[in-house]
Amino acid sequence: MNAVPVSYYLVLSAVLFGLGVVAFIFKRNIIAVYMAIELMLNAVNLAFVAFARAWNQLDGLVFVFFVIVVAAAEAAVGLAIVITIAQNRRSLNVEDVNLLKF
Amino acid sequence: MSLLFVVFFACAALAVLGAVMLIVAREPIHSALSLILVMVALAVLYLLLGAEFIAAVQIIVYAGAVMVLFVFVIMLLNAGVEERTNWSKMAKYAGLPLAFFLLLEIARWFSLSAVGARVANGTNAVNSAAASTVDLSKMLFRDYLFPFEATSILILIAILGALVLAKRGE
Repeated sequence: MNAVPVSYYLVLSAVLFGLGVVAFIFKRNIIAVYMAIELMLNAVNLAFVAFARAWNQLDGLVFVFFVIVVAAAEAAVGLAIVITIAQNRRSLNVEDVNLLKF
Repeated sequence: MSLLFVVFFACAALAVLGAVMLIVAREPIHSALSLILVMVALAVLYLLLGAEFIAAVQIIVYAGAVMVLFVFVIMLLNAGVEERTNWSKMAKYAGLPLAFFLLLEIARWFSLSAVGARVANGTNAVNSAAASTVDLSKMLFRDYLFPFEATSILILIAILGALVLAKRGE
């Protein structure tokens, strides 16, 4: 039924995760850094679904469900933190948030 | 058979294009729109893999709720153009080729392994795709009932945390 091998999906997942890491490191806007985290979570979800399909086990799909739930909760709390930072610092640049930096 | 490959490569190209656009875009709103492109392409890939429920959740929760939250915050904070960091010479001449070769090696290993070719022969494909949502709900509400209930507590805590953070403190 599905002729595309799992390895194709895994390579795509690796590419997307790598691009997410690159975005996480190179972006300077806090919101863009959060979007990079979401991109990495999406890449992991793709690997979960591909493996669930390969082994014919539905546990992988349940894990994707939980990852999506946790990502939604993380986005809600994270964006509240972003709003607080933007109100206190008048800036969205991650380099301006260096209170804990040694 | 070849149609599946065409759909796969089209969606994969769209997803990678969206991820690259996320990196090179300077306006946060452009990054958000390209991330939505990635999510929609991934939803089509989930359909291709026979996971209809996950595809629907991907569109409704991710491309719907989460990205609306992102766009809302970008508009609320009036996020402008971000300033660039300079690429170091080492990143340009050593990091990029090394990352490319690492990717090639990963692709080679995945295609050589027995797992990677698994769906290709079609012997262990899910027999009926329509039943997978029923099986998924049975698994979710029986085997994974406790984690499922725990996520509701997690979301409640997240709502409370967001409220406390967003309230202007005295």
